[in-house]
Amino acid sequence: MTITEPGVEENANAVPTPDNNLNDQKPTGFGRMLRKEDPRLVRGLGQFCDDVELPGMLHLAILRSPMAHARIVSIDKTAAEAHPKVKAVITGADLAAQNLAWMPTLSNDVQAVLATDKVRFQHQEVAFVVAEDRYSARDALELIDVEYEWIDPVIDVRKALDADAPIIRDDLEGKTNNHCFEWEAGDKDATDAVFADAAENGIIVTEDIVYPRVHPAPMETCGCVADVERVSGKLTLWSTTQAPHAHRTVYALVAGLPEHKIRIIAPDIGGGFGNKVPIYPGYVCAIVASLVIGKPVKWMEDRTENLVSTGFARDYIMRGEIAATKDGKIRAIRTNVLADHGAFNGTAAPVKYPAGFFGVFTGSYDIEAAHAHMDAVYTNKAPGGVAYACSFRITEAVYLIERMVDVLAYDLEMDPAELRLKNFIQPEQFPYMSKTGWLYDSGDYEPAMRKAMDMIGYDELRKEQADKRERGELMGIGIAFFTEAVGAGPRKDMDILGLGMADGCELRVHPTGKAVVRLSVKTQGQGHETTFAQIVAEEIGIPPEDIDVVHGDTDNTPFGLGTYGSRSTPVSGAAAALVARKVRDKAQIIASGMLEASVADIEYEAGTFRVKGDPEKSVTIQDIAMKAHGAGDLPEGLEGGLEAQICYNPENLTYPFGAYICVVDIDSGTAEVKVRRFVAVDDCGTQINPMIIEGQVHGGLTDGVGMALMEMISFDDEGNCLSGSLMDYLIPTAMEVPDWETGHTVTPSPHHPIGAKGIGESATVGSPPAVVNAVVDALKPYGIRHADMPLTPSRVWETMQGNHTPPI
Amino acid sequence: MNINGDEVTRDIEPRTLLVHHIRDNLGLTGTHWGCDTSNCGTCVVWVDEEPVKSCTTLAAMAGGHDVRTVEGMETDGVLDTVQEGFIQCHGLQCGFCTPGMMMTARALLDRNPDPTEAEIREAISGQICRCTGYSTIVRSIQWAAKKEQETPVEVSAS
Repeated sequence: MTITEPGVEENANAVPTPDNNLNDQKPTGFGRMLRKEDPRLVRGLGQFCDDVELPGMLHLAILRSPMAHARIVSIDKTAAEAHPKVKAVITGADLAAQNLAWMPTLSNDVQAVLATDKVRFQHQEVAFVVAEDRYSARDALELIDVEYEWIDPVIDVRKALDADAPIIRDDLEGKTNNHCFEWEAGDKDATDAVFADAAENGIIVTEDIVYPRVHPAPMETCGCVADVERVSGKLTLWSTTQAPHAHRTVYALVAGLPEHKIRIIAPDIGGGFGNKVPIYPGYVCAIVASLVIGKPVKWMEDRTENLVSTGFARDYIMRGEIAATKDGKIRAIRTNVLADHGAFNGTAAPVKYPAGFFGVFTGSYDIEAAHAHMDAVYTNKAPGGVAYACSFRITEAVYLIERMVDVLAYDLEMDPAELRLKNFIQPEQFPYMSKTGWLYDSGDYEPAMRKAMDMIGYDELRKEQADKRERGELMGIGIAFFTEAVGAGPRKDMDILGLGMADGCELRVHPTGKAVVRLSVKTQGQGHETTFAQIVAEEIGIPPEDIDVVHGDTDNTPFGLGTYGSRSTPVSGAAAALVARKVRDKAQIIASGMLEASVADIEYEAGTFRVKGDPEKSVTIQDIAMKAHGAGDLPEGLEGGLEAQICYNPENLTYPFGAYICVVDIDSGTAEVKVRRFVAVDDCGTQINPMIIEGQVHGGLTDGVGMALMEMISFDDEGNCLSGSLMDYLIPTAMEVPDWETGHTVTPSPHHPIGAKGIGESATVGSPPAVVNAVVDALKPYGIRHADMPLTPSRVWETMQGNHTPPI
Repeated sequence: MNINGDEVTRDIEPRTLLVHHIRDNLGLTGTHWGCDTSNCGTCVVWVDEEPVKSCTTLAAMAGGHDVRTVEGMETDGVLDTVQEGFIQCHGLQCGFCTPGMMMTARALLDRNPDPTEAEIREAISGQICRCTGYSTIVRSIQWAAKKEQETPVEVSAS
């Protein structure tokens, strides 16, 4: 086992050139290794969902509601059915007759597959057409005549709980308002007591902070191909899913299909970011269509459908409060949140965590008390909530605390770096129980913070800023320090629809010493086929090139909950390491027989088993593999073969952290924000492949700049979605982001078998507050203490004029 | 049209988009369909050596022209240096935008063998990658540029 010392710098991120070779040269294990996925993907030979082509395959298109809230008076589908290439036209009433019009969401709510009574958000699914080709299916949608009766929509989330607000969820028995759920964390009385004391003897800062609705918008939209085999009744579903096993179980529950007659195949996935966790009506429609027609049916969204109807992210209106001493010691944090969940509660979070892991809003600071209260409401907008690499709402939590710390720094006239350093949880306090009940596994925050400040040249930048301010130029430096809680999660209190959040892993070593490892998680670009081969290689000494990683096929992999919330390495990565150790233990017994020594006298190193004190006597894992499958006796009581399977239940989450510093320049004439530099120092514990880790961080930083400066899903008063294309929903290109600068520290997780923590979402969580803090810092000469995302030129300009308004 | 060196003739609906023609009719699925509005660039192919967005090009407009897709980048089993650069520099993650990015990168290097970082960023600015954050894509293209300068490419008589 390799665990590096905390705080030790390794594998500095250098840029590859044709003249250097940065790849790790050792035959097995951790280090920079080129990805096993890439040779097929750079040739255009990946197989994504829309690339699946089956004989006789039909195409499905969905008719969506033009209104946000309306009763369906009638649907006339006769003209569509008469289209020569149309095979079926199905409405909500048709599904209702089969008891399939509604399906459970991942939050124990229900969602309409096709609307029966009324539509509850613009672009909700109303009917579908199956036709011979994709163009004809779309043509026939135009031939369906739906009569709607307008109902006033609930669009302003602040008015959703008004007594006279129209009731959106009248499908729920006894529902008399638009309240979705209430949630609380921490100790209200203790928190209020600290605030009362601070009002007398210290300082209290309060700010209203909006995290607007955004969308993951993966480059590949959602879709599937459903194929029900006529005789056996077996359904094969090629699907854009991050969680194939969880989906299989839900389909069994929804459609009443026996679970062993369902095979979910998640082929290559063109980005997920949480957008491909929920089950969308389109998937169910394609399954129904294939069942009814008896042919394979493909459904692929277009970009508009993806943006307007699938899982959005955020949409939190937060009031943050900090109580502190006058010299900057943070004592308590308090927040009240209004959460917009859209028309159905489609959040994909563990059942006991309706607000996800927002409870870690106390951040990286050692405080006396904390309390959060949240009301979640229904509105006439698309469902969703947990997506876009948010680590189950930690994006919102980190944004709140890191914005609030800067607000406190502003009022105290303290340097925001100094304020953070003064309040960090100290290394000797780990494991640290937060005031909202989260057990932080390990951390050493100051070295990461100092490293980021050194890398960016913090003191020099502050001097430059002072000079520029004298000249009237706008330059800002923004800091964010985050702690995440990832790797859901311990099955004692984490499940989705009753499914414990554990992950299985199976390892088979073939007679010639090559191996196959089967995972329950699924890459959407993270590089599982490489990383997991490296984990197994590190444990049993078979080179990663000789290990095939199988994933994304429920018929060929063990059960587990899939890839989201940065859980693959913390949960499935642990499973891979432990299953390899199980195989290694058996290999050691076989080695003892081969070497005629007792098991206790065999020592293992990098794929070779030796007799202690007699290093000449050794066998390799490859020798053992042949022996395990070959002729001749094995040690008594041992079965042949060399394979194992486990199901890993994590004892805790892992808590990666990082220090991010952003430098922006703002054109005072146009109010355009330019991100000049961004330094990210991350600590995800033991690093498996630093190249892949760096890539994960880069992507998240870009998302963060997008959210902070450009992205927002907005609506007009009637509930029309105004962000239904990539012309209206702006995503960063190479022009809007700088060349990223990354560094790291290494503080292993004490409970993870290899000391690794999740990294997939760290940068998405940490970067938005860094960028916003930089912009607000730049605007300090205007007396600005807070400004809400997205900080587009027009919104920055309004802020400079003293006319800042929340985006919603 | 001529696609990756092969002459193909098909009867198609006049409204067929080039991206759908390439994918559905010709079975070359390396070119992807991403946005319908020319914003994301995952559908970029070459028409007569000019990168175009095939989601907003009618297939009929490419009739009689030379179309090149990602499947045409590899020559006799040898990867184009741009493809090699993307592997070496981790220029891709999910791989969905990658074919379009590489087609644009190849076109850039054919016109400007030694581009600056700013020129590379501008060249790919009509395309979106959600995974990489672009730095590694820039490095990939720089890698290829350097490799090609160090290894003179033989120009064939054809």
